Amino acid sequence: MPDPHASRATPARRWGSWALVFAIPAACALAFAHVGGWLSPQRLTPRRIIDQFEHNAGVHAGYRRNHAKGVCIAGYFQSSGKAAPYSVAQVFAPEQRTPVTGRFAIPGSNPYAPDGSVPIRSMALRFTQENGQQWRTGMNSMPVFAVATPQAFFEQLQAGQPDPATGKPDPAKLAAFFAAHPETAAFRAWAKTAKPSASFATDGYWGLDAFVFTGPDGAKHAVRWRVTPQVADDTSAPANNPDYLATDLRRRLAHGPLRWQLQVTLAQPGDPTNDATKTWPADRPSIDAGTLVIDSEQPQDSGPCRDINYDPTVLPDGIAISDDPLLPARSAAYADSYLRRTSEEAHLPGSARVSAKTQPEAMR
Amino acid sequence: MKTTSEVFTLPARVLHWLMAAMILAMLFIGVGMVASVSERHAWLLGIHKPLGIAILVLALLRLAMRLRHPPPPLPVDLPAMQRLAAHASHGLLYALMIAMPLVGWAMLSAGGYPVMLGEALQLPAIVPANATAFAILRHLHSWLAMALLLTFLAHLAAALYHSLVRRDGVLPSMLGTRKRPWQNGS
Repeated sequence: MPDPHASRATPARRWGSWALVFAIPAACALAFAHVGGWLSPQRLTPRRIIDQFEHNAGVHAGYRRNHAKGVCIAGYFQSSGKAAPYSVAQVFAPEQRTPVTGRFAIPGSNPYAPDGSVPIRSMALRFTQENGQQWRTGMNSMPVFAVATPQAFFEQLQAGQPDPATGKPDPAKLAAFFAAHPETAAFRAWAKTAKPSASFATDGYWGLDAFVFTGPDGAKHAVRWRVTPQVADDTSAPANNPDYLATDLRRRLAHGPLRWQLQVTLAQPGDPTNDATKTWPADRPSIDAGTLVIDSEQPQDSGPCRDINYDPTVLPDGIAISDDPLLPARSAAYADSYLRRTSEEAHLPGSARVSAKTQPEAMR
Repeated sequence: MKTTSEVFTLPARVLHWLMAAMILAMLFIGVGMVASVSERHAWLLGIHKPLGIAILVLALLRLAMRLRHPPPPLPVDLPAMQRLAAHASHGLLYALMIAMPLVGWAMLSAGGYPVMLGEALQLPAIVPANATAFAILRHLHSWLAMALLLTFLAHLAAALYHSLVRRDGVLPSMLGTRKRPWQNGS
Protein backbone atom coordinates (compact mmCIF):
# COMPACT_ATOMS: atom_id res chain seq x y z
CA MET A 1 0.00 0.00 0.00
CA PRO A 2 1.55 3.35 -1.02
CA ASP A 3 2.19 5.86 1.65
CA PRO A 4 -0.47 8.59 1.49
CA HIS A 5 1.50 11.21 3.40
CA ALA A 6 4.81 12.76 2.55
CA SER A 7 5.66 13.22 6.20
CA ARG A 8 5.76 9.46 6.60
CA ALA A 9 8.24 8.89 3.78
CA THR A 10 11.43 7.10 4.75
CA PRO A 11 14.35 9.37 5.74
CA ALA A 12 16.41 8.10 2.79
CA ARG A 13 13.66 9.05 0.42
CA ARG A 14 13.29 12.50 1.99
CA TRP A 15 17.01 13.11 1.61
CA GLY A 16 16.76 12.04 -2.01
CA SER A 17 13.95 14.49 -2.60
CA TRP A 18 15.84 17.34 -1.03
CA ALA A 19 18.91 16.45 -3.07
CA LEU A 20 16.87 16.73 -6.28
CA VAL A 21 15.43 20.09 -5.21
CA PHE A 22 18.97 21.47 -5.21
CA ALA A 23 20.68 19.29 -7.80
CA ILE A 24 18.36 20.02 -10.72
CA PRO A 25 18.62 23.83 -10.47
CA ALA A 26 22.38 23.48 -9.85
CA ALA A 27 22.72 21.43 -13.04
CA CYS A 28 20.84 24.19 -14.88
CA ALA A 29 23.16 26.84 -13.48
CA LEU A 30 26.17 24.75 -14.49
CA ALA A 31 24.88 24.36 -18.05
CA PHE A 32 24.35 28.12 -18.19
CA ALA A 33 27.91 28.75 -17.00
CA HIS A 34 29.18 26.30 -19.62
CA VAL A 35 27.33 28.03 -22.48
CA GLY A 36 28.52 31.41 -21.19
CA GLY A 37 32.13 30.23 -21.40
CA TRP A 38 32.92 30.64 -17.70
CA LEU A 39 34.01 27.02 -17.42
CA SER A 40 36.33 27.15 -20.42
CA PRO A 41 38.67 30.13 -20.20
CA GLN A 42 40.56 28.88 -23.28
CA ARG A 43 37.53 29.35 -25.54
CA LEU A 44 37.90 32.24 -27.97
CA THR A 45 35.35 34.86 -26.99
CA PRO A 46 34.77 38.46 -28.13
CA ARG A 47 36.06 39.57 -24.74
CA ARG A 48 39.39 37.79 -25.20
CA ILE A 49 39.90 39.35 -28.62
CA ILE A 50 39.29 42.86 -27.30
CA ASP A 51 41.39 42.14 -24.18
CA GLN A 52 44.25 41.19 -26.50
CA PHE A 53 43.96 44.52 -28.32
CA GLU A 54 44.27 46.18 -24.91
CA HIS A 55 47.27 44.02 -23.99
CA ASN A 56 48.97 45.06 -27.20
CA ALA A 57 48.38 48.79 -27.13
CA GLY A 58 47.02 49.72 -23.72
CA VAL A 59 43.58 51.04 -22.89
CA HIS A 60 42.64 54.27 -24.62
CA ALA A 61 39.36 55.02 -22.88
CA GLY A 62 36.52 56.19 -25.07
CA TYR A 63 38.15 55.00 -28.29
CA ARG A 64 37.46 52.04 -30.54
CA ARG A 65 39.76 49.15 -29.61
CA ASN A 66 40.89 48.90 -33.21
CA HIS A 67 41.03 51.56 -35.93
CA ALA A 68 41.12 53.98 -33.01
CA LYS A 69 42.39 56.97 -34.95
CA GLY A 70 39.91 58.31 -37.44
CA VAL A 71 37.66 61.06 -38.68
CA CYS A 72 33.91 61.26 -39.34
CA ILE A 73 32.66 61.79 -42.88
CA ALA A 74 29.23 62.26 -44.40
CA GLY A 75 27.62 62.34 -47.80
CA TYR A 76 25.39 60.13 -49.89
CA PHE A 77 25.31 57.20 -52.25
CA GLN A 78 23.81 57.74 -55.69
CA SER A 79 22.65 54.42 -57.11
CA SER A 80 23.17 53.65 -60.78
CA GLY A 81 20.43 51.03 -60.64
CA LYS A 82 22.84 48.45 -62.11
CA ALA A 83 22.95 46.38 -58.90
CA ALA A 84 19.15 46.34 -58.56
CA PRO A 85 18.72 43.12 -60.61
CA TYR A 86 20.97 41.35 -58.09
CA SER A 87 19.77 42.81 -54.78
CA VAL A 88 16.40 44.09 -53.62
CA ALA A 89 18.11 46.42 -51.12
CA GLN A 90 16.55 49.85 -51.49
CA VAL A 91 20.00 51.45 -51.64
CA PHE A 92 20.49 49.92 -55.12
CA ALA A 93 17.15 51.02 -56.62
CA PRO A 94 17.49 53.14 -59.78
CA GLU A 95 17.80 56.87 -59.09
CA GLN A 96 17.92 56.17 -55.34
CA ARG A 97 19.99 58.55 -53.22
CA THR A 98 20.84 57.23 -49.75
CA PRO A 99 22.45 59.31 -47.00
CA VAL A 100 25.75 57.97 -45.67
CA THR A 101 27.49 58.54 -42.33
CA GLY A 102 31.01 57.20 -42.38
CA ARG A 103 34.46 57.18 -40.96
CA PHE A 104 38.01 57.10 -42.26
CA ALA A 105 40.59 55.52 -39.97
CA ILE A 106 43.92 53.78 -39.71
CA PRO A 107 44.24 50.34 -38.09
CA GLY A 108 45.64 49.93 -34.60
CA SER A 109 44.47 50.68 -31.08
CA ASN A 110 46.53 53.80 -30.57
CA PRO A 111 44.53 56.97 -31.28
CA TYR A 112 47.79 58.97 -31.48
CA ALA A 113 49.62 56.74 -33.96
CA PRO A 114 51.28 58.73 -36.75
CA ASP A 115 49.43 58.36 -40.05
CA GLY A 116 52.57 57.06 -41.73
CA SER A 117 53.03 54.20 -39.25
CA VAL A 118 50.80 51.79 -41.19
CA PRO A 119 50.19 51.36 -44.91
CA ILE A 120 46.52 50.52 -44.42
CA ARG A 121 43.62 52.97 -44.36
CA SER A 122 40.00 52.09 -43.72
CA MET A 123 36.60 53.40 -44.68
CA ALA A 124 33.48 52.55 -42.70
CA LEU A 125 30.03 53.46 -44.01
CA ARG A 126 26.50 53.42 -42.72
CA PHE A 127 23.85 53.76 -45.41
CA THR A 128 20.45 54.66 -43.96
CA GLN A 129 17.79 53.60 -46.40
CA GLU A 130 14.53 55.47 -46.86
CA ASN A 131 12.69 52.48 -45.36
CA GLY A 132 14.79 52.71 -42.17
CA GLN A 133 16.91 49.65 -42.83
CA GLN A 134 20.66 50.10 -42.66
CA TRP A 135 23.71 48.79 -44.42
CA ARG A 136 26.94 49.05 -42.46
CA THR A 137 30.29 48.11 -43.89
CA GLY A 138 33.91 48.40 -42.81
CA MET A 139 36.43 48.31 -45.66
CA ASN A 140 40.21 48.38 -45.87
CA SER A 141 42.66 49.66 -48.47
CA MET A 142 43.96 46.20 -49.35
CA PRO A 143 42.54 43.46 -51.57
CA VAL A 144 42.91 40.57 -49.11
CA PHE A 145 42.78 40.07 -45.37
CA ALA A 146 45.77 38.50 -43.58
CA VAL A 147 43.86 35.59 -42.06
CA ALA A 148 40.71 33.61 -42.73
CA THR A 149 39.46 32.71 -39.26
CA PRO A 150 38.88 34.42 -35.90
CA GLN A 151 41.28 31.96 -34.25
CA ALA A 152 44.10 32.88 -36.63
CA PHE A 153 43.31 36.56 -36.16
CA PHE A 154 43.60 36.13 -32.41
CA GLU A 155 46.90 34.27 -32.75
CA GLN A 156 48.20 37.08 -34.95
CA LEU A 157 47.27 39.59 -32.25
CA GLN A 158 49.00 37.46 -29.61
CA ALA A 159 52.13 37.19 -31.77
CA GLY A 160 52.14 40.97 -32.10
CA GLN A 161 51.95 41.65 -28.37
CA PRO A 162 54.90 43.89 -27.43
CA ASP A 163 57.70 42.24 -25.50
CA PRO A 164 57.89 44.02 -22.09
CA ALA A 165 61.70 44.15 -22.44
CA THR A 166 61.81 45.98 -25.75
CA GLY A 167 58.34 47.49 -26.00
CA LYS A 168 58.14 45.98 -29.48
CA PRO A 169 56.66 42.76 -30.84
CA ASP A 170 59.04 39.84 -30.75
CA PRO A 171 60.16 39.24 -34.38
CA ALA A 172 60.63 35.55 -33.66
CA LYS A 173 57.02 35.20 -32.53
CA LEU A 174 55.74 37.05 -35.58
CA ALA A 175 57.92 34.91 -37.85
CA ALA A 176 56.61 31.78 -36.16
CA PHE A 177 53.04 32.97 -36.64
CA PHE A 178 53.50 33.65 -40.34
CA ALA A 179 55.31 30.34 -40.82
CA ALA A 180 52.38 28.55 -39.23
CA HIS A 181 49.89 30.50 -41.34
CA PRO A 182 50.70 30.23 -45.04
CA GLU A 183 47.29 31.76 -45.85
CA THR A 184 48.84 35.13 -44.91
CA ALA A 185 51.11 34.99 -48.01
CA ALA A 186 48.88 37.10 -50.27
CA PHE A 187 48.52 39.80 -47.63
CA ARG A 188 52.25 39.83 -46.92
CA ALA A 189 53.01 40.13 -50.62
CA TRP A 190 50.72 43.16 -50.74
CA ALA A 191 52.19 44.66 -47.56
CA LYS A 192 55.76 44.32 -48.90
CA THR A 193 55.15 46.92 -51.59
CA ALA A 194 52.39 48.96 -49.93
CA LYS A 195 53.26 52.54 -49.02
CA PRO A 196 51.22 54.64 -46.60
CA SER A 197 49.16 56.87 -48.85
CA ALA A 198 49.17 60.64 -48.40
CA SER A 199 45.39 60.87 -48.64
CA PHE A 200 42.26 58.96 -47.78
CA ALA A 201 40.83 60.28 -51.05
CA THR A 202 43.20 58.43 -53.35
CA ASP A 203 42.74 54.97 -51.85
CA GLY A 204 40.36 52.23 -52.83
CA TYR A 205 38.70 50.24 -50.07
CA TRP A 206 37.80 46.56 -50.20
CA GLY A 207 34.96 44.95 -48.22
CA LEU A 208 37.14 41.80 -48.04
CA ASP A 209 34.42 39.48 -46.71
CA ALA A 210 31.91 37.88 -49.05
CA PHE A 211 28.20 38.59 -48.75
CA VAL A 212 25.06 37.26 -50.38
CA PHE A 213 22.72 39.42 -52.45
CA THR A 214 19.11 38.40 -53.00
CA GLY A 215 17.58 39.66 -56.23
CA PRO A 216 13.96 40.53 -57.04
CA ASP A 217 13.61 37.04 -58.56
CA GLY A 218 14.74 35.49 -55.26
CA ALA A 219 18.05 34.38 -56.77
CA LYS A 220 21.09 34.50 -54.46
CA HIS A 221 24.43 35.89 -55.58
CA ALA A 222 27.68 35.64 -53.67
CA VAL A 223 29.39 39.03 -53.91
CA ARG A 224 32.25 41.15 -52.68
CA TRP A 225 32.33 44.90 -52.92
CA ARG A 226 34.87 47.68 -52.99
CA VAL A 227 34.95 51.38 -53.65
CA THR A 228 37.41 52.76 -56.20
CA PRO A 229 38.66 56.34 -55.99
CA GLN A 230 38.16 58.92 -58.70
CA VAL A 231 41.30 60.77 -57.67
CA ALA A 232 44.78 59.46 -58.49
CA ASP A 233 47.49 59.40 -55.84
CA ASP A 234 49.52 62.46 -56.81
CA THR A 235 50.95 63.72 -53.54
CA SER A 236 53.47 62.57 -51.01
CA ALA A 237 52.91 62.67 -47.28
CA PRO A 238 54.43 65.59 -45.42
CA ALA A 239 57.12 64.48 -43.02
CA ASN A 240 56.37 66.94 -40.24
CA ASN A 241 52.67 66.27 -39.62
CA PRO A 242 51.69 62.96 -37.98
CA ASP A 243 48.02 63.73 -38.66
CA TYR A 244 48.38 64.55 -42.34
CA LEU A 245 45.43 62.41 -43.42
CA ALA A 246 42.86 64.54 -41.60
CA THR A 247 44.58 67.73 -42.75
CA ASP A 248 44.54 66.52 -46.35
CA LEU A 249 40.90 65.46 -46.12
CA ARG A 250 39.85 68.87 -44.80
CA ARG A 251 41.78 70.63 -47.50
CA ARG A 252 40.28 68.52 -50.29
CA LEU A 253 36.71 68.78 -49.01
CA ALA A 254 37.06 72.56 -48.84
CA HIS A 255 37.36 72.43 -52.62
CA GLY A 256 34.44 70.08 -53.19
CA PRO A 257 33.11 66.56 -52.63
CA LEU A 258 35.15 63.39 -53.07
CA ARG A 259 33.81 60.45 -55.06
CA TRP A 260 34.24 56.69 -55.25
CA GLN A 261 32.53 54.13 -57.46
CA LEU A 262 30.96 51.21 -55.64
CA GLN A 263 31.97 48.06 -57.49
CA VAL A 264 30.17 44.81 -56.75
CA THR A 265 31.94 41.66 -57.92
CA LEU A 266 29.81 38.59 -58.64
CA ALA A 267 31.28 35.22 -57.70
CA GLN A 268 31.20 32.18 -59.95
CA PRO A 269 30.29 28.84 -58.46
CA GLY A 270 33.31 27.54 -56.58
CA ASP A 271 34.77 30.93 -55.71
CA PRO A 272 35.58 30.90 -51.98
CA THR A 273 33.12 32.90 -49.87
CA ASN A 274 34.56 31.74 -46.56
CA ASP A 275 38.14 32.85 -47.03
CA ALA A 276 39.02 36.55 -47.03
CA THR A 277 42.68 35.76 -47.72
CA LYS A 278 41.85 34.73 -51.30
CA THR A 279 40.90 37.08 -54.10
CA TRP A 280 38.50 35.92 -56.77
CA PRO A 281 39.78 35.57 -60.34
CA ALA A 282 40.14 38.92 -62.07
CA ASP A 283 37.69 38.04 -64.85
CA ARG A 284 34.69 37.96 -62.53
CA PRO A 285 31.97 40.40 -63.63
CA SER A 286 31.93 43.66 -61.72
CA ILE A 287 28.90 45.92 -61.47
CA ASP A 288 29.22 49.66 -61.06
CA ALA A 289 26.47 50.01 -58.43
CA GLY A 290 26.72 53.77 -58.10
CA THR A 291 28.71 56.67 -56.76
CA LEU A 292 29.66 57.36 -53.18
CA VAL A 293 29.89 61.11 -52.62
CA ILE A 294 31.59 62.39 -49.46
CA ASP A 295 31.06 66.10 -48.93
CA SER A 296 31.86 66.80 -45.28
CA GLU A 297 34.09 65.73 -42.42
CA GLN A 298 33.99 66.21 -38.65
CA PRO A 299 36.30 65.23 -35.80
CA GLN A 300 35.40 61.80 -34.45
CA ASP A 301 35.09 62.95 -30.83
CA SER A 302 32.08 65.13 -31.67
CA GLY A 303 30.98 63.92 -35.10
CA PRO A 304 28.06 61.60 -35.85
CA CYS A 305 30.29 58.56 -36.48
CA ARG A 306 31.43 58.50 -32.86
CA ASP A 307 28.51 56.50 -31.55
CA ILE A 308 28.16 54.20 -34.54
CA ASN A 309 29.39 50.63 -34.34
CA TYR A 310 30.27 49.75 -37.94
CA ASP A 311 29.20 46.15 -37.51
CA PRO A 312 29.38 44.58 -40.97
CA THR A 313 26.50 42.24 -40.19
CA VAL A 314 23.99 45.11 -39.92
CA LEU A 315 22.44 44.66 -43.36
CA PRO A 316 19.24 45.59 -45.19
CA ASP A 317 16.86 43.16 -46.82
CA GLY A 318 18.59 42.04 -50.04
CA ILE A 319 22.08 41.72 -48.50
CA ALA A 320 23.01 38.94 -46.08
CA ILE A 321 26.19 37.57 -44.56
CA SER A 322 27.95 34.67 -46.26
CA ASP A 323 29.62 31.71 -44.60
CA ASP A 324 32.75 33.84 -44.04
CA PRO A 325 33.76 33.02 -40.42
CA LEU A 326 35.25 36.48 -39.93
CA LEU A 327 31.86 38.18 -40.15
CA PRO A 328 30.20 36.89 -36.96
CA ALA A 329 33.52 37.35 -35.14
CA ARG A 330 33.75 40.96 -36.28
CA SER A 331 30.16 41.54 -35.16
CA ALA A 332 30.77 40.00 -31.74
CA ALA A 333 34.13 41.72 -31.15
CA TYR A 334 32.91 45.12 -32.37
CA ALA A 335 29.97 44.84 -29.97
CA ASP A 336 32.34 44.25 -27.07
CA SER A 337 34.54 47.19 -28.09
CA TYR A 338 31.44 49.36 -28.51
CA LEU A 339 30.17 48.50 -25.03
CA ARG A 340 33.56 49.28 -23.49
CA ARG A 341 33.92 52.66 -25.12
CA THR A 342 30.31 53.75 -24.58
CA SER A 343 30.60 52.68 -20.93
CA GLU A 344 33.73 54.84 -20.71
CA GLU A 345 31.93 57.77 -22.34
CA ALA A 346 29.12 57.29 -19.83
CA HIS A 347 31.65 57.12 -16.94
CA LEU A 348 30.04 53.93 -15.69
CA PRO A 349 31.63 52.28 -12.67
CA GLY A 350 34.08 49.58 -13.69
CA SER A 351 34.87 51.14 -17.05
CA ALA A 352 38.25 52.64 -17.83
CA ARG A 353 38.57 56.32 -16.95
CA VAL A 354 38.64 58.79 -19.79
CA SER A 355 41.77 60.65 -18.75
CA ALA A 356 42.28 64.37 -19.29
CA LYS A 357 45.12 63.50 -21.63
CA THR A 358 42.82 61.78 -24.06
CA GLN A 359 40.28 64.59 -24.19
CA PRO A 360 41.78 67.47 -26.17
CA GLU A 361 42.31 67.19 -29.91
CA ALA A 362 42.57 63.49 -29.34
CA MET A 363 40.96 62.49 -32.56
CA ARG A 364 42.49 64.65 -35.20
CA MET B 1 -11.88 19.80 -1.29
CA LYS B 2 -12.71 22.18 -4.13
CA THR B 3 -11.74 20.92 -7.52
CA THR B 4 -12.55 23.73 -9.96
CA SER B 5 -10.09 26.30 -8.64
CA GLU B 6 -7.30 23.82 -7.93
CA VAL B 7 -5.78 23.97 -11.36
CA PHE B 8 -4.78 26.83 -13.63
CA THR B 9 -7.01 27.34 -16.67
CA LEU B 10 -5.89 25.45 -19.76
CA PRO B 11 -4.70 28.62 -21.61
CA ALA B 12 -2.73 29.64 -18.51
CA ARG B 13 -1.08 26.22 -18.34
CA VAL B 14 -0.26 26.19 -22.06
CA LEU B 15 1.22 29.69 -21.84
CA HIS B 16 3.21 28.79 -18.72
CA TRP B 17 4.95 25.77 -20.23
CA LEU B 18 5.41 27.38 -23.63
CA MET B 19 6.96 30.47 -22.07
CA ALA B 20 9.04 28.39 -19.69
CA ALA B 21 10.67 26.76 -22.71
CA MET B 22 11.01 30.09 -24.55
CA ILE B 23 12.51 31.97 -21.62
CA LEU B 24 14.92 29.21 -20.68
CA ALA B 25 16.02 28.96 -24.33
CA MET B 26 16.33 32.74 -24.45
CA LEU B 27 18.63 32.86 -21.41
CA PHE B 28 20.93 30.25 -22.95
CA ILE B 29 20.81 31.90 -26.39
CA GLY B 30 21.66 35.26 -24.88
CA VAL B 31 24.59 34.12 -22.79
CA GLY B 32 25.83 31.87 -25.59
CA MET B 33 25.77 34.47 -28.34
CA VAL B 34 27.70 37.14 -26.45
CA ALA B 35 30.40 34.59 -25.61
CA SER B 36 30.74 33.29 -29.16
CA VAL B 37 32.72 34.46 -32.19
CA SER B 38 31.60 31.58 -34.40
CA GLU B 39 28.71 31.43 -36.87
CA ARG B 40 26.61 30.58 -33.80
CA HIS B 41 26.82 34.27 -32.89
CA ALA B 42 24.96 35.40 -36.00
CA TRP B 43 22.59 32.46 -35.88
CA LEU B 44 21.65 32.97 -32.22
CA LEU B 45 21.34 36.74 -32.62
CA GLY B 46 18.86 36.10 -35.43
CA ILE B 47 16.69 34.05 -33.05
CA HIS B 48 17.20 36.25 -30.00
CA LYS B 49 15.40 39.35 -31.25
CA PRO B 50 12.15 37.88 -32.65
CA LEU B 51 11.98 35.41 -29.74
CA GLY B 52 12.32 38.29 -27.29
CA ILE B 53 9.46 40.18 -28.88
CA ALA B 54 7.35 37.00 -28.91
CA ILE B 55 8.00 36.62 -25.17
CA LEU B 56 6.98 40.25 -24.58
CA VAL B 57 3.68 39.78 -26.45
CA LEU B 58 2.90 36.50 -24.68
CA ALA B 59 3.88 37.90 -21.27
CA LEU B 60 1.45 40.80 -21.68
CA LEU B 61 -1.27 38.40 -22.83
CA ARG B 62 -0.53 36.17 -19.87
CA LEU B 63 -0.65 39.06 -17.42
CA ALA B 64 -4.06 40.09 -18.79
CA MET B 65 -5.31 36.51 -18.45
CA ARG B 66 -3.99 36.27 -14.91
CA LEU B 67 -5.83 39.43 -13.91
CA ARG B 68 -9.01 38.00 -15.42
CA HIS B 69 -8.63 34.49 -14.00
CA PRO B 70 -6.76 34.65 -10.69
CA PRO B 71 -4.53 31.61 -10.12
CA PRO B 72 -5.55 28.84 -7.73
CA PRO B 73 -4.71 29.66 -4.11
CA LEU B 74 -1.49 28.40 -2.53
CA PRO B 75 -1.87 25.48 -0.10
CA VAL B 76 -3.56 26.74 3.07
CA ASP B 77 -0.89 25.21 5.30
CA LEU B 78 1.99 26.98 3.55
CA PRO B 79 4.09 28.97 6.05
CA ALA B 80 3.85 32.74 5.76
CA MET B 81 7.46 33.16 4.66
CA GLN B 82 7.04 30.67 1.84
CA ARG B 83 3.80 32.32 0.85
CA LEU B 84 5.58 35.68 0.69
CA ALA B 85 8.46 34.16 -1.31
CA ALA B 86 6.00 32.61 -3.75
CA HIS B 87 4.16 35.88 -4.37
CA ALA B 88 7.35 37.92 -4.58
CA SER B 89 9.05 35.53 -7.02
CA HIS B 90 5.98 35.36 -9.24
CA GLY B 91 5.82 39.15 -9.30
CA LEU B 92 9.53 39.29 -10.11
CA LEU B 93 9.16 36.74 -12.92
CA TYR B 94 6.38 38.78 -14.53
CA ALA B 95 8.33 42.03 -14.12
CA LEU B 96 11.47 40.50 -15.64
CA MET B 97 9.82 38.76 -18.55
CA ILE B 98 8.22 42.05 -19.55
CA ALA B 99 11.25 44.24 -18.73
CA MET B 100 13.89 42.12 -20.48
CA PRO B 101 12.53 42.46 -24.04
CA LEU B 102 11.75 46.14 -23.47
CA VAL B 103 15.28 46.84 -22.19
CA GLY B 104 16.73 44.90 -25.14
CA TRP B 105 14.60 46.85 -27.59
CA ALA B 106 15.47 50.17 -25.94
CA MET B 107 19.16 49.21 -25.86
CA LEU B 108 19.28 48.58 -29.62
CA SER B 109 17.37 51.81 -30.18
CA ALA B 110 19.81 53.79 -28.02
CA GLY B 111 22.75 52.17 -29.83
CA GLY B 112 21.40 53.47 -33.13
CA TYR B 113 20.88 49.96 -34.46
CA PRO B 114 17.92 49.18 -36.68
CA VAL B 115 15.71 46.79 -34.68
CA MET B 116 15.35 43.98 -37.20
CA LEU B 117 13.24 40.93 -36.38
CA GLY B 118 14.09 39.22 -39.64
CA GLU B 119 15.54 40.21 -42.98
CA ALA B 120 12.86 42.80 -43.67
CA LEU B 121 10.72 43.20 -40.54
CA GLN B 122 11.78 46.28 -38.60
CA LEU B 123 10.46 47.69 -35.33
CA PRO B 124 10.64 51.43 -34.59
CA ALA B 125 13.13 52.83 -32.10
CA ILE B 126 11.59 53.32 -28.66
CA VAL B 127 14.28 55.66 -27.32
CA PRO B 128 16.48 58.15 -29.20
CA ALA B 129 20.04 57.17 -30.13
CA ASN B 130 22.33 57.99 -27.20
CA ALA B 131 25.61 56.29 -26.34
CA THR B 132 25.31 56.77 -22.58
CA ALA B 133 21.79 55.37 -22.57
CA PHE B 134 23.03 52.46 -24.69
CA ALA B 135 25.81 51.60 -22.24
CA ILE B 136 23.48 51.71 -19.25
CA LEU B 137 20.74 49.69 -20.95
CA ARG B 138 23.23 47.15 -22.29
CA HIS B 139 24.61 46.50 -18.80
CA LEU B 140 21.09 46.47 -17.39
CA HIS B 141 20.13 43.82 -19.96
CA SER B 142 22.90 41.55 -18.64
CA TRP B 143 22.12 42.17 -14.97
CA LEU B 144 18.41 41.59 -15.46
CA ALA B 145 19.23 38.39 -17.35
CA MET B 146 21.19 37.16 -14.34
CA ALA B 147 18.30 38.18 -12.07
CA LEU B 148 15.88 36.32 -14.34
CA LEU B 149 18.10 33.23 -14.32
CA LEU B 150 18.31 33.26 -10.52
CA THR B 151 14.57 33.82 -10.15
CA PHE B 152 13.93 31.01 -12.60
CA LEU B 153 16.24 28.68 -10.64
CA ALA B 154 14.45 29.56 -7.40
CA HIS B 155 11.11 28.95 -9.12
CA LEU B 156 12.34 25.57 -10.39
CA ALA B 157 13.65 24.64 -6.94
CA ALA B 158 10.33 25.66 -5.38
CA ALA B 159 8.38 23.58 -7.89
CA LEU B 160 10.57 20.57 -7.06
CA TYR B 161 10.18 21.24 -3.35
CA HIS B 162 6.39 21.36 -3.63
CA SER B 163 6.34 18.26 -5.78
CA LEU B 164 8.94 16.08 -4.09
CA VAL B 165 9.12 17.23 -0.49
CA ARG B 166 5.75 18.72 0.35
CA ARG B 167 3.87 16.70 -2.25
CA ASP B 168 1.10 19.26 -2.33
CA GLY B 169 -1.11 20.36 -5.20
CA VAL B 170 1.09 23.18 -6.52
CA LEU B 171 2.78 21.35 -9.40
CA PRO B 172 -0.40 19.40 -10.35
CA SER B 173 -2.23 22.74 -10.52
CA MET B 174 0.11 23.74 -13.34
CA LEU B 175 0.30 20.31 -14.92
CA GLY B 176 -3.48 20.13 -14.95
CA THR B 177 -3.48 16.79 -13.18
CA ARG B 178 -5.88 16.97 -10.29
CA LYS B 179 -4.23 15.69 -7.15
CA ARG B 180 -5.63 12.42 -5.94
CA PRO B 181 -4.52 11.64 -2.40
CA TRP B 182 -4.21 7.87 -2.92
CA GLN B 183 -1.64 8.44 -5.68
CA ASN B 184 0.78 10.04 -3.29
CA GLY B 185 4.05 8.25 -2.98
CA SER B 186 3.23 5.63 -5.57
